[in-house]
Amino acid sequence: MTFALVGYYEAWWVQILKAIVIFAVGLQLVPVVLIAERKIMGRMQGRYGPNRVGPYGALQPLADILKLLTKEQFRPTTSVGFLFAVAPLVSILTAVAAFAIIPFGNVQHIFGERVGLYGVDVSIGPLYLFAFGAVAFYGIMLGGWSSGSKYSFLGAMRGAAQLISYEVSQGLALVGVIMTAQTLSLTGIVTAQKGMWYIVPQFVGFLIFLTASFAETNRAPFDLTEADAELVGGYNTEYGGGRFASYYFAEYLNVLVVSGIVTTVFLGGWLLPFGIHPPGWVDPLVVLFKMSLITFFFIWVRATLPRLRYDQLMSFGWKVLLPLATLNALVTAILVVSTH
Amino acid sequence: MSETPAVTLNVTAWSPGEDVIEVQRPPAPGAARGAWRTFVETARGLKTTFGRIAEGTNTIQYPEEKVPVYPRFRGRHKLHRFEDSDPTHPSLEKCVGCSLCAAACPADCIRVVAAENTPENRVSAGERYAAVYEINLSRCIFCGYCEVACPFDAITMGHDYELSDYDRTDLIFTKEMLLAEPLERTPLRNEGE
Repeated sequence: MTFALVGYYEAWWVQILKAIVIFAVGLQLVPVVLIAERKIMGRMQGRYGPNRVGPYGALQPLADILKLLTKEQFRPTTSVGFLFAVAPLVSILTAVAAFAIIPFGNVQHIFGERVGLYGVDVSIGPLYLFAFGAVAFYGIMLGGWSSGSKYSFLGAMRGAAQLISYEVSQGLALVGVIMTAQTLSLTGIVTAQKGMWYIVPQFVGFLIFLTASFAETNRAPFDLTEADAELVGGYNTEYGGGRFASYYFAEYLNVLVVSGIVTTVFLGGWLLPFGIHPPGWVDPLVVLFKMSLITFFFIWVRATLPRLRYDQLMSFGWKVLLPLATLNALVTAILVVSTH
Repeated sequence: MSETPAVTLNVTAWSPGEDVIEVQRPPAPGAARGAWRTFVETARGLKTTFGRIAEGTNTIQYPEEKVPVYPRFRGRHKLHRFEDSDPTHPSLEKCVGCSLCAAACPADCIRVVAAENTPENRVSAGERYAAVYEINLSRCIFCGYCEVACPFDAITMGHDYELSDYDRTDLIFTKEMLLAEPLERTPLRNEGE
């Protein structure tokens, strides 16, 4: 019995090369998102944002990262050493692993080899995603707990509760899409959207998934894990230097992953509307463009909405999102059964 | 009080307005309405923040761009000389070393040591002149009392406010530094600006 089918038809050197390229692209996108967020939020608040380092402040993330990496690797005496060092790695590892399944294009023929423009096309795409989402929560939880500080611990506790509450609705929001597409493979979901992108028939699911994603990525207005006004800095209070940089990196990579998933699942991945079929090399650009739209929306919301109170967060998650997601899945199921 | 007196009041001059208390009520209860309200208000908020991009920025890029100061702005002090037509010879200083500024100074940051003018060495227009005139700008509170106290308008407050330095001793300004024509580093605000 096969647990998950993985379409390994490529040569081993193609897979290694592909992994390096996708990892490099993901790595390069994070500083772009960093500077874009600061610039866009600056404009929305009537200021420029960083504009001193490099042309138009474009080298600001580089300066930030260099600053963080050259700092001392500080560790509080009350911390649990091994876990304190491992926790940021868990965060970054899960983010990169989730990035691997985002399809940037269909199978192309490059140098006579069949190459899929994605890290790996597993037959359990969304499950893989949620599995790594759940492991990512250990990064936050262990980091907060092993710091040996009450602020970190409170932030980690909040993070745990928040992630568990919102992962349910996020998963249920995808169930509707999976039922409609009748596949769990992300490339399969994209090709199933040839006629119509799922944002139209699954609009409620799209809204639920997007809202839950804000909570999953710990971003405003659900950034209660690092509510700086009340918790100093949340789970990463005691972190500094390279370890803090890993947390920071993972957070923004998670934003990219979520944008990629929304693009793939609801916005038709590399497909273009009105039946336009561009050559294969355009596909990754289409995906990146759609991802940048979602990322812009994330930044836009961060500049707009204030942080929720903790009880509001919980009641919204359990009393609004979860029933709505369940209803959405139920209605979709009825429609799918009745139309087939 | 059953009968109202038949008096007509002239209310055309000033109306106190209607006696109405406006009550702001909480939004109507109900989950569906609440969800709708949340959605609409969020969209309104998003519209507001997006509109800010079009409005442009209010930033003043400080070291390159400066906020112009008002003419009466109290910045770093200046000591003055009499205006003279002879450019080769330094003209006489206005300060006569009376120490009234030092006496008026609440922060006690001015030090004046006076000396007698002689026919060979004539520095000021009066009987005496300030041999030493120092202002410790790390103590000065820029109140302008020295300017008010001076009987000869020898000391005035300038417009320079960029007074940071690496050493405290560098902030003790001597007479030569205060007499020197200051670099006009701060733009002056025009009338009506």
